[in-house]
Amino acid sequence: MLQTIRKFVIDNYLFGEEDKLGNEDSFMETGIIDSTGILELVRFLESTYGIKVTDEELIPDNLDSVNKIVSFIHAKQSVSTQTDGGISFQSAGRLPI
Amino acid sequence: MCGIAGSLHLYGGSAGQEQLRRMIETIRYRGPDDIGTYSQGPIGLAHARLSIIDLAGGHQPMSITQDSLWITFNGEIFNYIELRDELIAKGHRFTSSSDTEVLLHLYQEEGERCVERLNGQWAFAIWDAPRRKLFLSRDRFGIRPLYYTQADGEFLFASEVKALLACPQVACAIDLHGLDQIFTFWVTVPPRTAFQNISQLPPGHSMVIEEGHVRIAPYWTLDLAPRVANGHTTDTQLTEELLELLHDATRIRLRSDVPVGAYLSGGIDSTVIAALAKRNVGERIRTFSVTFDASELDESRFQHEASSFLGTSHHNVRCRHEDIVRIFSEVIWHTEQPILRSAPAPLYLLSKLVRDSGFKVVLSGEGADELFGGYDIFKETKIRQFWGRRPDSSWRPLLLKRLYPYLPGIQRQSLEYLKHFFHVTREELNGLFFSHLPRWEVTKKAKQFFSVSARTELATADAVTALLRDLPTSYATWPPFAKAEFLESRYLLPGYILSSQGDRVAMAHGVEGRYPFLDHRVAAFAARLPARLKMKVLDQKHLLKMAVKGLIPESIRTRSKQPYRAPDGVSFFRNNDEYVQDLLSPIRIKRDGVFDHRATEALVKKFRSGNETSVKDNMALTGILSTTVFLDRFMRGVGVGGSTASPPSGAQLLSQSESRL
Repeated sequence: MLQTIRKFVIDNYLFGEEDKLGNEDSFMETGIIDSTGILELVRFLESTYGIKVTDEELIPDNLDSVNKIVSFIHAKQSVSTQTDGGISFQSAGRLPI
Repeated sequence: MCGIAGSLHLYGGSAGQEQLRRMIETIRYRGPDDIGTYSQGPIGLAHARLSIIDLAGGHQPMSITQDSLWITFNGEIFNYIELRDELIAKGHRFTSSSDTEVLLHLYQEEGERCVERLNGQWAFAIWDAPRRKLFLSRDRFGIRPLYYTQADGEFLFASEVKALLACPQVACAIDLHGLDQIFTFWVTVPPRTAFQNISQLPPGHSMVIEEGHVRIAPYWTLDLAPRVANGHTTDTQLTEELLELLHDATRIRLRSDVPVGAYLSGGIDSTVIAALAKRNVGERIRTFSVTFDASELDESRFQHEASSFLGTSHHNVRCRHEDIVRIFSEVIWHTEQPILRSAPAPLYLLSKLVRDSGFKVVLSGEGADELFGGYDIFKETKIRQFWGRRPDSSWRPLLLKRLYPYLPGIQRQSLEYLKHFFHVTREELNGLFFSHLPRWEVTKKAKQFFSVSARTELATADAVTALLRDLPTSYATWPPFAKAEFLESRYLLPGYILSSQGDRVAMAHGVEGRYPFLDHRVAAFAARLPARLKMKVLDQKHLLKMAVKGLIPESIRTRSKQPYRAPDGVSFFRNNDEYVQDLLSPIRIKRDGVFDHRATEALVKKFRSGNETSVKDNMALTGILSTTVFLDRFMRGVGVGGSTASPPSGAQLLSQSESRL
């Protein structure tokens, strides 16, 4: 998953400049992804991992680095599994305060 | 409206007729009705005429007083009738009824300060033979262009760069610092252009060349310093005054010996002008619009409403994706600079429609957004300023959601991301460029496609520094709203709106645009209005909307701002992308050396995938495409799609100029 997400970011935001991406790098601080570009990322995550990112989850705490995205997807997938088992959650990842 | 060119030998030598003719022939489309040259000793003047006033008597270059004063003039002096009467009363005698002759007599009467008396749009050169002085001037807002350079002891000027490049002694190479500015502000900062060693006279400036010395000085600037209220004027009185001013500004812009049409975009500004034109003319007028397939861009519903309300005879041209691809190379040949948006292309089609309909003059609404608080960037400034006073407020940034309702990429954002994008700190609030920081930050990101050699060349470049040198003395004390107005009016308006979207694409088909909102009396009125009347809370163009109640349809008067936009990057990939494949091939990108070929390839791949693209991606793609066309057309003399054109004389292949990168 980490490599897939890295590849997407490198191909679509860094346009090949692989060495400019650390897994902990903040997309916003480094300017890798601008505000209008974040929705591309969400589309990709939704279609690749079969998840639905809610408006409330559209926050930097969930999406602002490769590692944060990996954690977020894992959390979403885990919630999805638990929901299938009868436990209901409204959202995963960190919620905005 | 016309094309002008000329030369002055600074250290001896005579102007050659052949060179003058070659220069003016390159921009003949600006003035297809007549051509003229004059040379005497060191001076040479050339003119291509679009006959609009005094069809029989306005031949140029023109002289008075036994050939002691000569002029080549592009533009219109709308108050020429009043000035002529005044000059006759002072004893001047006229042999024609043209505004050109009025300009010469006014110069004779008042010297260089004559430009302060002009109400119009101009770029001209007057040769004052007894003083051996060349006097050049450009109108207040830069509606008409004026470029110049110096080569081999000769000063050369022209309406367009390509006329200068027609001289073999003028080298042609891209100015990477100019490109850096375009990839920051969308425009170059005058006097810089996209060409090395070729300058433009800044709007509101005059230039004198005398005894080997060059003097450039402003004669007017848009002063937006806050005014102390003088007496008590009610809002109603202000709306009446504004309407009266606009009425008169439109009236004198209808002075023409050929019929005048009007653009109708479907927005408030052009509808107001068309309505005032109709009132002045008292009969059915002809209006022209561009339409799009994409519903989010198309405004035909409002255009038809305006036309129907005003009873105009309306014509439109539909701009499809394939049209933008088809004409893109021609458009860049005319803009003479790389562009980050495709929006000039549809306007190129529109001016062709106007010309094909038998019109060569159109009124349009440019200037209203800059002067009366119409653009969303003013709303953005106001909201960020409000939030910046209490950066910790949880509800103030919620207003960011009110910005750019027509941009889904912004609308679907969470507040956290919007706050980051439209960031504000107390320090930034007092900065010189507070209003434009988010916009420039996004635009600048497109520079990530610059090649290593271009980045090296630009390592110490700072586009903003050029602005610092150009600001009015009191600018730093102005409120953020006024600063934003100034930045829009001073740079984006002349460098892009009136140029790439204005003069260039209109004159490509011999069409003259006239802009009543840019009458300097209207501008002076707007400059003394408090910001609260331009934008009441978040209501854009508040006073203007109040003033035109009843004049235009309510549906248009009260509709939210819809900026003119055209399909961008997607146009080039809609059907087949052979155009992009050819233009942005790795071989070509590598050869040109301006952009990184791997990054460009990745960008093309992203568009080709059909996935969502960002604002930055679209600016980058259009910027790379237009720069590549720019290099092809001007430095290599190559047309796109197999056609070829003669390279301008003196053109260097970029590979030669690359050694300087």
